[in-house]
Amino acid sequence: MSSPINLQHVNVKLLASNPEQVDLEPLIPVFHSWIEGQIFEELLLDVADYRHVQAGPGVVLIGHQANYSVDNADNRLGVRYNRKAPLEGSNQDRLRQAARAALAAFERLESETRLSGKLRFNGREIKLYVNDRIMAPNRSSTREALKPELEAFLGKLFQGSEYTLSHGSDPRSLFAVDVKANRAFSVSELQANLAS
Amino acid sequence: MKSSNALWKDALSGKMPENLAREVDIYETEITLRKQGKIDERLFAETRLRRGTYGQRYDNGQRYDGTKFQEIHYPSGELTKGPNTMWDAPGMQRIKIPGGGLNADQLETMADLAEEYSDDIAHVTTRQDFQLHYIHIDDTPSLMRRLAAAGITTREACGNAVRNVTACPYAGVCQDETFDVTPYSRALAKFLLGHPDCQNFGRKFKPAFSGCAQHACGLTNIHDVGFIAATQMENGVEKRGFQMFVGGGLGAVPYMAKLFDSFVPVGEILPLTQAIARVYARLGEKKNRNRARIKFLIQDLGIEKFKQLVLEERKTLPHDPRWTDFVKDAEQFTEFPLTPGGESPSTDSAGFKRWLKTNTRPQKQPGYVVVTVALPLGDITANQLRSLADIVRRFTKETVRTTVEQNFVIRWVSLSDLAEVYKALEAVGLGDPGAGAIVDIVTCPGTDTCKLGISSSRGLAGELRTRLAESSFRMDESVQHLHIKISGCFNSCGQHHVADLGFYGVSRKMGGFAVPHFQVVLGGEWEHNGGSYGLPVVAIPSKNIPQVVTRLTERYVADRASGETFKDFVKRIGKVELKKALEDLAKPPADPTDRSFFSDWGDPREYTLGDMGVGECAGEVVSSVEFDLAAAERELFEAQIALEGGQIEKAGQTAYHSMIYAAKALVKISYPNISDDPGEIIGEFRTRLYDTQKFWDPYAGGKFANYLFDAQRKADQPYTGDSSRYLIDEAQLFIDAAHSCYNKMGTTVGV
Repeated sequence: MSSPINLQHVNVKLLASNPEQVDLEPLIPVFHSWIEGQIFEELLLDVADYRHVQAGPGVVLIGHQANYSVDNADNRLGVRYNRKAPLEGSNQDRLRQAARAALAAFERLESETRLSGKLRFNGREIKLYVNDRIMAPNRSSTREALKPELEAFLGKLFQGSEYTLSHGSDPRSLFAVDVKANRAFSVSELQANLAS
Repeated sequence: MKSSNALWKDALSGKMPENLAREVDIYETEITLRKQGKIDERLFAETRLRRGTYGQRYDNGQRYDGTKFQEIHYPSGELTKGPNTMWDAPGMQRIKIPGGGLNADQLETMADLAEEYSDDIAHVTTRQDFQLHYIHIDDTPSLMRRLAAAGITTREACGNAVRNVTACPYAGVCQDETFDVTPYSRALAKFLLGHPDCQNFGRKFKPAFSGCAQHACGLTNIHDVGFIAATQMENGVEKRGFQMFVGGGLGAVPYMAKLFDSFVPVGEILPLTQAIARVYARLGEKKNRNRARIKFLIQDLGIEKFKQLVLEERKTLPHDPRWTDFVKDAEQFTEFPLTPGGESPSTDSAGFKRWLKTNTRPQKQPGYVVVTVALPLGDITANQLRSLADIVRRFTKETVRTTVEQNFVIRWVSLSDLAEVYKALEAVGLGDPGAGAIVDIVTCPGTDTCKLGISSSRGLAGELRTRLAESSFRMDESVQHLHIKISGCFNSCGQHHVADLGFYGVSRKMGGFAVPHFQVVLGGEWEHNGGSYGLPVVAIPSKNIPQVVTRLTERYVADRASGETFKDFVKRIGKVELKKALEDLAKPPADPTDRSFFSDWGDPREYTLGDMGVGECAGEVVSSVEFDLAAAERELFEAQIALEGGQIEKAGQTAYHSMIYAAKALVKISYPNISDDPGEIIGEFRTRLYDTQKFWDPYAGGKFANYLFDAQRKADQPYTGDSSRYLIDEAQLFIDAAHSCYNKMGTTVGV
């Protein structure tokens, strides 16, 4: 698959169910323990606490190659993976890598006892961003150019199940796609789909 | 780091001012040369610092994870961007905003940069700057180009240079200002930026402007050079000028600025500042950076001698047309509203009423108000910045500024638009009430990101803010307007000296374990441009600071005389009594298994847990040292009381003795039979602790030991009010450093 857009700095955010029940404070020791154990392939460095900011980045695990966060941007709580370092490979490789990382983080958080099982994937909603305005400006030409890439990626992720896509129109915003699956998926199902 | 970095230079070609574009090109070349090892790391460090690119906590390649120190293996290996500063380690980018003035496009640029290069947050500082954290140095040229295209430079945002020129954010609209200082502050900022006479300082140099003497907004008293608007009649014509102050500064030991001239005509402020810069560059300390600020030069020379040297220098300056080119335009300078003025809105909404009370301020122009957007801990998201840009475009001619209280003000809001402005701000989480009130806490980054942080100032501020957010509006009116300011260490970036309730981070040992603490600083004054500085009363464990706030505010409400300010209340009640009221909070937790004391706010890692495994081996000597350090603190407190009572000589001598006690406490660890002779104590202290660098701060080096040596050198000279006051501050820092040294020795010295 070819695309004129070199997709780098892909962000994947998996939205949470019942966000009003989620307390972000216990995330701080959880993220510190992730640093202690260096549990991911990225070099994990620090924890930034922005709970005081409304509709903000929440609690962020700062890494060298990527950040992980439980993010509340747009008042939509979710687990977000923000790829900072460039990645080799195709656009599909990069989309899959970011999705796999976000799913892996969510899987751990869903089973994290310190969060009392309250942080759960809502099963349907995913937001994809490209955190680079010059490579992927938020305009219709980017949407058109990336459409085949996104269809291929989401086709694999949902294994042919139907979904809807929507885009914000503010040209100042990052290029972003709201994806809503027509049926609910668990984190492990999506992981298996990507691995298939 | 960003794969798009190579694209921005071409994309912005022709959109950046030529000089800024050239500067970024040079900087980018220097980055390349450093990567090739062709520039020394120290030189490169100063190069990047002068462009506002700082290091950040953990950039030395190791991090304490709560149980052990971990090496951080960055991909770039041993490549450094300064001494002991790893190349790949996240850093901080400071962005200068002269006078805090921005337009909507610049807000949007800041939003884009926060989102793409940082962690979605832009932070407003106590000097009207922005800071972006967790930035990779490879991204900084692109970031700077994007700023340059928006008309912003980061040049001299750090380093030994002229820092941001700050100004009252209400200038031009304040009801009781003398005149609008905006164009004068801008002229000075432009004139000094990159000026050849300002490139050889031993330390930084901070200017500030205020339109009046009575309010706090310009904080001229805490600046290296401060200007307060003044007028005088000449031949029946009112002429503009400035009261000019020099040598103020906070830092470890705060100095109040001294009057240089009661009236400097506007056409003289640029050349006179240039002359000051030349004298400072020529005579200021260069080797010992701890005495390199201009305040020390002025202290050493005396203000009259300093003034004489500056006026002589002024006569030698070659004429520069820029000195006066701006003056005519400055007198005509004005801003305009977007919509006609209106009338006060009527409302039944409790939230709106509360916001109107704390977050709006009438302008001198009828029908308009200044709206304050209160930012929690000075933080704002990228989306909020874009929303703020929309709001200032919709309701004003983009008249928005940052403030030294880490907020924004939107100027020229018509009263008839207020309800809509509130609605728009509230919709994006920017409608919090309490601007300038007790809940609007100022804090430096502290241990979150700063390499110098000792305690978590942001963690404490967040906790206090949460507790006060609702309760503050039910508090007595007299308490609602108190100022809380917090610094993570003694360096005062949180401006704790000029707060009603100030706190700065220190560490203490309790039961053999290190515990994060804050010194409680009382008696400071925010008004009158930072009119007086508070003094430390007692160090309290971080986790007990909320109780300190509760107790002191309740006591103030209960015992306050009619109309009495908090500063006057502290003076009347006295530090002895206030210390007594807090003393039980300074003690270790009653429950020895309560481990919460051994971690800081917002950080679950045990605070210097490394000490715990070996702390026990110190045995009785540990108790003895702690006892002696406590005695030193008591002695220092006596010095404060003496100073308050006007016993200047006694205050100075007692402060000096407190340092001797603290030094002896440490010497005794390796030389139990040390005598009480000050000369022997200091000699042994020098040999055993200073020369061996055991009494060595990781960043300040031997600074605090030099306070002791200086005090010894001057011990036979009479003390003045100023010198005894400075010595008390220095003694407090010396004792704090003795505690830190002792904490470190717990892991390294078998006693």
